[in-house]
Amino acid sequence: MTNEELKTCISELLPAATYEEGGQWLVINIEPKDWRSLAQQLFQHELLFFNYLFCLTCIDWKTHLTMVYHLDSTRYRHNIVVKSKLNSADPAIDSVADVWKTANFHEREVYEMFGVNFINHPDLRLLILPDGWEGKRPMLKDFEDPINMIRL
Amino acid sequence: MVEEIGTTADGDLIINVGPQHPATHGVLHLVITLNGETIKKVEPHLGFIHRSIEKMCESLTYRQFIYVTSRMDYLSAHINNHGCALCVEKGLQIEVPPRAQVIRVLMDELTRIASHELWWGAMAMDLGAFTPFFHAFRERETINDIMEESCGARLTMNYIVPGGVMLDIHPNFQRRVKEFIQLFKSKIHEYDEMVTGNIIFQNRMKGVGILSGEDAISFGCTGPTARGSGVHCDTRKVYPYEIYDKLDFDEIIETAGDSFARYMVRLREMSQSIKIIEQLIDNIPEGDFQAKTKAVLKLPKGDFYQKVETARGEFGVYIVSEGGTTPYRIKFRSPGFSNLSALDHMARGGKLGDLVAMMGTLDLVIPDIDR
Repeated sequence: MTNEELKTCISELLPAATYEEGGQWLVINIEPKDWRSLAQQLFQHELLFFNYLFCLTCIDWKTHLTMVYHLDSTRYRHNIVVKSKLNSADPAIDSVADVWKTANFHEREVYEMFGVNFINHPDLRLLILPDGWEGKRPMLKDFEDPINMIRL
Repeated sequence: MVEEIGTTADGDLIINVGPQHPATHGVLHLVITLNGETIKKVEPHLGFIHRSIEKMCESLTYRQFIYVTSRMDYLSAHINNHGCALCVEKGLQIEVPPRAQVIRVLMDELTRIASHELWWGAMAMDLGAFTPFFHAFRERETINDIMEESCGARLTMNYIVPGGVMLDIHPNFQRRVKEFIQLFKSKIHEYDEMVTGNIIFQNRMKGVGILSGEDAISFGCTGPTARGSGVHCDTRKVYPYEIYDKLDFDEIIETAGDSFARYMVRLREMSQSIKIIEQLIDNIPEGDFQAKTKAVLKLPKGDFYQKVETARGEFGVYIVSEGGTTPYRIKFRSPGFSNLSALDHMARGGKLGDLVAMMGTLDLVIPDIDR
């Protein structure tokens, strides 16, 4: 599908979504509360069939966090990027670990690195960081560790 | 974390494999719940060599950060560098000279063979056969010598840079690669004779660690892991980069989804890489090996994503730029991280002794998983 067709199709699923074009792929901006239902529809829709979540990450913009989901369809080979703004004070978004199984590990990584709370995640615990790191969020821009960080 | 040892309320035994265990090929810690010898759950604990490369890259310039990426998947150092260089070139719209493109692809494919050789030897060693390790290293050392001559390093090459390659190839490069092709072709049948056809080996691999194609996609598995389950996912074919769309090679796909299928995919891929090298080695165009670029690279504001096919699967580089000389945020989508997440699913219901075969055919490289 072309970007225009994707836009029309996704607008029917979620009229509130806004779009950004000009980059490599179509970017869809959504509210965090809409994510779970949209994710299920993106996966199940016959013409969209986004069955491959190849990158899940988060960006710290100091004023807010942005969750970024890169989706691909192995049947149609079209890609989209879904972005959702979270507030820095209490970042939370629904987990999609039951839609795409790869989200389980990736969400755990974002949880420990950025402190994003994934609602209804099956197993939200530290994955990479050692015990005792709860509460500290190493990938945030304001994180300081005088012992382990070397500034150039 | 480590106190998880003993028995559960149901009477299941909990054992730890790793962090220091020869079968984990690095410092990976698995907490395994066992009922008798049957695996009920495998829980990976990561981070023993987590260096926070993504955070480091935020304070390095676009020329500097490529050096760090060699240290992630150290067996695919060239291909990691390649992915990062392509992503920066995409942002700056740099045209890479044809000579550099060919050299890059040659280096990528040599790296792929070297990586698969190491995997083959190490995996056979996991299963109790020690000799294949020496046979694999005999060929792999030749590749390392070729790399050393042209790149100056044997493992972390840092050879592919934005705009082309760091230095021109060594005058001996073509001759030595041709010698290697001859050596490899005369030895590859030994691999089949020694390991593939061995009945003990086949019994340990067939029907072990089955992963369906649908699950492979859902877990984000890529590379030979997914192709062993019948998924068409070779980035070189699906989203061709550099000159791969002009080359003649096959994507190896097996449909069984077990450890043996993954083994066969990797083994056959080596011959396909040789096929690519043969097409290019006599046709390296003359010209510059590096495009003329500015001394200080500044990516325009925006997001850039580039995928490449490493020896383990799809490696993605996601750069978010604010227009400065350093990336605002960088994310490396490592193939090993997603492949490992499928281990629990594959191992459940299997036997503890088979876990080594499953881990061996996932081809885990721990620095790639931890980053």
